[in-house]
Amino acid sequence: MQFIESIRHLVGTIIEQFPIVFPALNEGFLQTLKLFVITLVGALPLGLIISFGSMAKFKPISLITRVLVWIVRGSPLMLQLMIIYYLPGLVGRNIWGGGEQGRFIAACIAFILNYACYFSEIYRGGIQGVPVGQQEAGQVLGMTKKQVFFKVTLLQMVKRIVPPMSNEIITLVKDTSLARIIALQEVIWAGSAFMKSSHGIQGQIWPLFFTGVYYLAFCGILTLLFGYIERKLSYFE
Amino acid sequence: MSILEVRGLKKSFGKTNVLKGVDFSMEEGEVLSVIGSSGSGKTTMLRCINFLETADSGKIFLDGELLLDAADQKKISAAEMRKKQLNFGLVFQDFNLFPQYSVLENVTLAPRLLAREKPDFKTHRHELYEEIDKNAKAIIDSVGLTDKLNCYPCMLSGGQKQRVSIARALALKPRVLFFDEPTSALDPELTGEILKVIRSLAAEKITMIIVTHEIDFAESVSDKILFMADGVAIEQGTPEEVIRNPKNDRVRAFLQKLQDN
Repeated sequence: MQFIESIRHLVGTIIEQFPIVFPALNEGFLQTLKLFVITLVGALPLGLIISFGSMAKFKPISLITRVLVWIVRGSPLMLQLMIIYYLPGLVGRNIWGGGEQGRFIAACIAFILNYACYFSEIYRGGIQGVPVGQQEAGQVLGMTKKQVFFKVTLLQMVKRIVPPMSNEIITLVKDTSLARIIALQEVIWAGSAFMKSSHGIQGQIWPLFFTGVYYLAFCGILTLLFGYIERKLSYFE
Repeated sequence: MSILEVRGLKKSFGKTNVLKGVDFSMEEGEVLSVIGSSGSGKTTMLRCINFLETADSGKIFLDGELLLDAADQKKISAAEMRKKQLNFGLVFQDFNLFPQYSVLENVTLAPRLLAREKPDFKTHRHELYEEIDKNAKAIIDSVGLTDKLNCYPCMLSGGQKQRVSIARALALKPRVLFFDEPTSALDPELTGEILKVIRSLAAEKITMIIVTHEIDFAESVSDKILFMADGVAIEQGTPEEVIRNPKNDRVRAFLQKLQDN
């Protein structure tokens, strides 16, 4: 009976505190969303550039990009966040300042760099996966290299990269929570703040657990979206 | 005057000399079949003449005029090479259709892109595209695929795919149409439909060069046969001369082996 009493108590607490917690979590999630969108906007094109670099016939360029990809993929994102945020202060001047905005920019840079490297490998696989015969067919039909890329190769490449990309992008949604290591006030940060004290509420862990709902809902929407894109492209092989 | 003449075509990959100086010429409206065992350089020759490979040396003449001296190929701009390219059409062994486009779009894509370069494109886009579509539909009809106009390549059989790829090459009205083993990727029961299409093109006096293993077909459709071995055209002449009365022992041995199989 004590168990049911505890549940009843918890539900009561949640109902009572929800009007205060919900807006605070929304605010945190807005920060999560901002980091997610900016990372995508930066990393999608940067990844393409890096993939061209890693495929470059000029050896020094491909070597440099491959070393970069190795470093970024070979070390934890959490560590990269800390290095990018703290290193400038250690070696001279803290270019980020002390405020939330500086932390946000530092987080964006770390995330864009990290995800661009992962994306570059996906792009590379997509580009190299399109049979060379496609390009040759375009060439003998008198198309320019640009026409072959945009009219022939691109859509086939997109089709190939949608499944691995959607995987990576869904990982990104959850990876944004790592940014709290440099005190970026994203949704997990907002949730865990109630464990100490926030908005007049003390010692509550349920808001932290509740942040999972945000991730689940958002990833659900993305899954539907990628499923739609895959279906749209399923008319050809 | 020969429509196409190739002189001293050489190509090596690393230390392997694949072509050791190929010479031949052909007249407009003729069908030339290239035969010979695998690895004799037939496909490489085709790819060099279609600029998919850069030959080490050799000259290609079109209508008696120098089209390309292989030694210059690296110096020629991409735009110039495209112009030269358009004299030739190539049908690949494994079709290389564009999977994301319908049959009609596969055939019209290149002509539509070319139309953009016409001076009156901006004002007559609609008429130009209509003309291209009309022409494409007529060609698709001639290879018997009118009912597949809006199908995608993944919905077609191998023989149908190859017929689309022939239509796609024809749509640009090449001076010479090349076939690289057009039936090798097909099931035996599907080769007939491709050979039938090629036969009808021969009847329309379309100039063609066909790399093939179908000796009987080559004999019946060709005006000329070129036999290649070790990167050299060791024998060339009418089918009667090359297949019925070969002078060269290697040709004889090759034909004998085919008969034994």
